[in-house]
Amino acid sequence: MATGQQDVEQLVARKYRHGFVTDIESDTVPPGLDESVIRLISHKKKEPEFLLQWRLRAFEHWLTMPEPDWAHVRIAPIDYQAISYYSAPKKKTDGPKSLDEVDPKLLETYDKLGIPLHERARLAGVAVDAVFDSVSVATTFKQKLKDAGVIFCPFSEAVQEYPELLEKYLGTVVPPGDNFFAALNSAVFTDGSFVYIPKGVRCPMELSTYFRINAANTGQFERTLIVADEGSHVSYLEGCTAPMRDENQLHAAVVELIAEDDAEIKYSTVQNWYPGDENGVGGIYNFVTKRGDCRGRNAKISWTQVETGSAITWKYPSCILRGDNSVGEFYSVALTNNLQQADTGTKMIHIGRNTRSTIVSKGISAGRGQNAYRGLVKILPGAEGARNHTQCDSLLMGSDCGAHTFPYMEIGNPTAVVEHEATTSKISDEQLFYCRQRGISEEDAVNMIVNGFCKEVFRELPMEFAVEAQNLLSVSLEGAVG
Amino acid sequence: MLSIKNLHARAGERDILKGLDLEVGPGEVHAIMGPNGSGKSTLAGVLAGRPDLEVTEGTVTYRGQDLLDLDPEERAREGVFLAFQYPVEIPGVNNVYLLKAALNAVRKHRGESELDAFEFLALVKDRMKLMQMGDSFLNRGVNEGFSGGEKKRNEILQMAVLEPALAVLDETDSGLDIDALKVVANGVNSLRSPDRSMVVVTHYQRLLDYIVPDFVHVLSDGRIVRTGGRELALELEERGYDWLRGGANAA
Repeated sequence: MATGQQDVEQLVARKYRHGFVTDIESDTVPPGLDESVIRLISHKKKEPEFLLQWRLRAFEHWLTMPEPDWAHVRIAPIDYQAISYYSAPKKKTDGPKSLDEVDPKLLETYDKLGIPLHERARLAGVAVDAVFDSVSVATTFKQKLKDAGVIFCPFSEAVQEYPELLEKYLGTVVPPGDNFFAALNSAVFTDGSFVYIPKGVRCPMELSTYFRINAANTGQFERTLIVADEGSHVSYLEGCTAPMRDENQLHAAVVELIAEDDAEIKYSTVQNWYPGDENGVGGIYNFVTKRGDCRGRNAKISWTQVETGSAITWKYPSCILRGDNSVGEFYSVALTNNLQQADTGTKMIHIGRNTRSTIVSKGISAGRGQNAYRGLVKILPGAEGARNHTQCDSLLMGSDCGAHTFPYMEIGNPTAVVEHEATTSKISDEQLFYCRQRGISEEDAVNMIVNGFCKEVFRELPMEFAVEAQNLLSVSLEGAVG
Repeated sequence: MLSIKNLHARAGERDILKGLDLEVGPGEVHAIMGPNGSGKSTLAGVLAGRPDLEVTEGTVTYRGQDLLDLDPEERAREGVFLAFQYPVEIPGVNNVYLLKAALNAVRKHRGESELDAFEFLALVKDRMKLMQMGDSFLNRGVNEGFSGGEKKRNEILQMAVLEPALAVLDETDSGLDIDALKVVANGVNSLRSPDRSMVVVTHYQRLLDYIVPDFVHVLSDGRIVRTGGRELALELEERGYDWLRGGANAA
């Protein structure tokens, strides 16, 4: 018969599509990290003194911290002195004032990635901020957003224009000393996005940031801060890609979300950093701290993530449910193929009364991939009437991969209702044969079955992203049947 | 339509088909009967290209081409349909979604345009009436939580939508009560046509009261030991399979 292990193995080898390198002159500081590098970054960004001091405090703290080793991942030691902490495309003038001044090569790069920055070629209704290596290169739709009172700009611009907002909110959800990678990020972060939605405003379009690591031997340390003031609403999307390189590159981002009374933030991620090759050479270390604070009553924060890339993914988008009746959600699809490793999940910290949280995690392991769900549901004594529902499903493809679940619960209030469901399943030969007998190719059959498995998460994504996520999943899985 | 010559096939280390010959002409309905373990389902599996079966000898020619040379999905697109004895559940995958993907794969292969959602739904609803199936079938997962009868009806629904040239029905009657059997048989009968052939694998002749075959073959120990008309099935019903087994040995 025509189907055999060999065919399957041949199929696995589809290449990473975003693996090109843009040939562009960049201004990169030499590798290494000490106080002078931090002063240099801060100086290049013309930062106010408070921010420099903030960075330096974070750096001092970082120096005292050990690298964490509790995650279920195997990781080669990272030489923090071998990384360059700042890389920016060289600008011909003092920086682009509009899209026309942006290096055409950069625009071409984003075109290749399918992100039309030019407003006339735009994705209808999505405003895009694009971060290339360490700096933000363009933000579209600025005027329309401004008319609505929405601030959406590169982080470095926010430092200049809205320092008082930054000083008020920065680091209030993820403190600089929160964890090893958050501390490193706080010391050396270079850019990212800042969003502020004023009281009562419903953001008129989806906001989106695309991150791209281009230069070799650099790390990407961006910082995103989203503040939704009382009664406001925003949906934010982020996407990520990187060229194929043989060495591992570090991506240590921090995302902070703040939702005041009756505000809602929906944050969606499609992460497709370079995963390394089939032997596990190269790939991005994706060590990210994401946390949302439902500060006000009836606030809602919803995380949706589709994690298909990176050699190692290590992130736990979390919600602090401080306001009474506030709601936290976490919907996740994490896929590991070849030698990829993922240790991901969430923390739901119930502080306010009648707070509710939902966790839906779908882990897909193929090849020799290792996939771990790690989650904490914590009900504090004051969280009267708190509820949580956790559903944690794993799908295994082949016999060399692994799925692991580490659910933690700390219940401090007897009125809490906490539910946990978990399943593990395999794509069976019989399912594949059934689909093929109906005329559907093996690859399409796998995609169909995997998409069926992920349905509950995909339906949380905005339309354009849901389509992209499905395509991405099928590319990442190609031939991963064993 | 279908010409099988000296077919030998094994599952793992076990030889199951041992020199099977069968000729099926256009529009003909052939019943394959035989005791348990005689190789009926293996024959159905080999025709559909089940990956865990290995053909060691012989040829299968389907509409002039070497069927054994084709992948299962290619056979399906060329018009070979297998109604499974035990249709598998695929949780989360919409029943109607799978069917649409299947139909469009077949149409694409034939050089026809893919049906849009409206055309497709109209077609499916029409065929569902035939199989006396409610709309709720459409949005359930493939065979997910279906009763035995529902699964078999779903198989014939798929066949009615895909309109194959060669349908292989593997014990479609097993696990059906008499009412469900009639519905399924009606569905199958409505699909009989001068250019559609059927191979109906069954253990009991009961099904053949409703789907009346042109030929009945008795399979024993991996070979066809007797061929006749409809009356052969009735004879088997009366006398069991043992007398044939003896006959096979004597021959």
